[in-house]
Amino acid sequence: MEVELSNLSKKFGDVVGVEALDLDIHDGEFVAFLGPSGCGKTTTLLMMAGIYRPTTGTIRFGDRIVNQLQPRDRNIGMVFQSYALYPHMTVFGNITYPLKLKKVPRQEQQRRVEAAAETMGIAHLLDRRPAQLSGGQQQRVALGRALVKEPDILLFDEPLSNLDARLRLTMRGEIRSLQKRLGITAIYVTHDQVEALTMADRIAVMNLGRLQAFATPDDLYERPPTKFIAGFVGNPPMNFLDIEFAQENGTLQLRSESLELGLPPEFAAAAAAADGAVTFGIRPEDIILDDNGPVSGEVFVVEPLGRDDLLDIIVGTEHFLLLADPKRKSRAGDRVRLSFDMTRAHFFDPRSELALSWK
Amino acid sequence: MQANLTAYGFMAPAGLLVLLFFFLPVLIVLYLSLTNLASANFTSNLAEMEFIGLRNFQTLLNDQFAKKIFFNTIFYVMSTLALFNVTAALIVSLLTAHINRRAGFVFRALWILPRITTSTVYILIWRRMMAEAPFGIINQVNTALGWPTWNYGAENPWVFVILVNGFIGISFGMIIFTSAIESIPADLMNASLVDGSTYLQRIRHVTLPLLRWPLLFVVTYQSLSLLTSFEQILLLTDGGPGLYRTEVWALTAFHRALSNYFGNTQWGYGSAFAVVLVIIGVILAVVYMRVFRFDELVAEPRIEVL
Repeated sequence: MEVELSNLSKKFGDVVGVEALDLDIHDGEFVAFLGPSGCGKTTTLLMMAGIYRPTTGTIRFGDRIVNQLQPRDRNIGMVFQSYALYPHMTVFGNITYPLKLKKVPRQEQQRRVEAAAETMGIAHLLDRRPAQLSGGQQQRVALGRALVKEPDILLFDEPLSNLDARLRLTMRGEIRSLQKRLGITAIYVTHDQVEALTMADRIAVMNLGRLQAFATPDDLYERPPTKFIAGFVGNPPMNFLDIEFAQENGTLQLRSESLELGLPPEFAAAAAAADGAVTFGIRPEDIILDDNGPVSGEVFVVEPLGRDDLLDIIVGTEHFLLLADPKRKSRAGDRVRLSFDMTRAHFFDPRSELALSWK
Repeated sequence: MQANLTAYGFMAPAGLLVLLFFFLPVLIVLYLSLTNLASANFTSNLAEMEFIGLRNFQTLLNDQFAKKIFFNTIFYVMSTLALFNVTAALIVSLLTAHINRRAGFVFRALWILPRITTSTVYILIWRRMMAEAPFGIINQVNTALGWPTWNYGAENPWVFVILVNGFIGISFGMIIFTSAIESIPADLMNASLVDGSTYLQRIRHVTLPLLRWPLLFVVTYQSLSLLTSFEQILLLTDGGPGLYRTEVWALTAFHRALSNYFGNTQWGYGSAFAVVLVIIGVILAVVYMRVFRFDELVAEPRIEVL
């Protein structure tokens, strides 16, 4: 089912939760709402669920405007961060609850609960109570309860945040493949960019109640439209530096207090026209330790991540994060030389923080 | 040893208070109940007080009104508890939890008024309400509406005794239930709506089952406190009208020991009534603890879901 949000706002008194949100979600699409705490993503989800009433704007499911509909009339399934299982009911009682309220015949209830439990791999747990289950099992029950009534739309509110890292990884794949198989439109709220990047067809990035971008994961990573997104998407985060351009010997140079780099020709025309300061961004993987590199620096901190070492390197007064092969056995205080892959450079207007699309 | 001394040092003030103002009086009352101390035989020489064993209790058993007072007490405690302290308190908390937050707060604050009003003032208000025509406010309303007037104090004393105490009793349960309802995680309440319940179905299937422990606590605490309460009845009907119509056990203990007719107070006999009440209270408390498994109640919060 398609979902259309238009000019959607929610104010709590004077506090703006969500402001003028426009979004079209396709049938069967998996959309992630990504943003830091308090950005309005959960508020948006709760408006879609019918828990909050929008201050302005409309929410459309298919060809129905649902603003005035109670949650029970929206045919949605929802999974919560805290699982929100009813502690006084068994697993069977929890999953069958939506069917009981819909007055589905008893035999069909039984059949559908068993089918949902089978799908989620919890058929052997039906007699237990939530307190007797592990976090992962509880989350499966919650998912079963959301699926059992065959909803048009699945809403997820940070469903994996309370699980341990390993379980999160498996559940990520499971939720994704389940959603594709059933073809249910899914809206998934998370502050974890890895979840958004790996699961979603498209990501809606929000900050301070406003939609920053709505694009595919690739687009967001390769061509971040704002400095906020460039810094928020990608881990470790992008390096930022305030720079100016200068002509020298007929070639264009990028200059900061402690750094001077040549620019590839494709940037030249636009950069030459740039007036004053610009924010330069480069991802950690695009800075390479290179003994013949043009920039020299000193290792400040080494964080071993297993597959890579995350190095914090000081160049003059600037810090850069980059990834290095652990086999180099980098240590704090090492003198290193760096080369920058300037074809992968990003530039932002320091005032509007919008990307300068110069390529 | 040093640590123990510090601990005892800190506990001493509270321990001393309990000892001085609870255990010591209980012991004195227990002793008094075994004596014939009364204003009739009171002299300045306390040593003349006679120890009479269990004779006071024997008198009590043969007292022609003791049975009536006993069943009065059961009727009073059960009706007030069932109608007001539990049911009405639950209704008030559920209603105020489902309306605008600030409005809910205002209504709950109003319900606390009966408890914080000085009891003499509070009872004066009620007596003015229920007074005979043409003085009573209810009767004035009746007259204005063309309905017959009624002598409420004489005809329906129990209705007013229970109303007066019930209105005070609501606030306790209301506070406990409201805080319990508010501590149910928002996710759980939202999940129930998304799963398809109406607000009433949510109360029935989710809220009430999660209030089981607060409910048991309020039943226990309030039945014990109703059992020993008497000041409102004293001020409203003084146990009347007529012979012991609304007299309850705790009030009898007071009447006999401290406020008998013509100053003829029977401290020993009144103490016997009080001792019976203490024994019933202790037995009830133990039964409640067993039946409701209070050790589990205090062990961990029952509303926590995670």
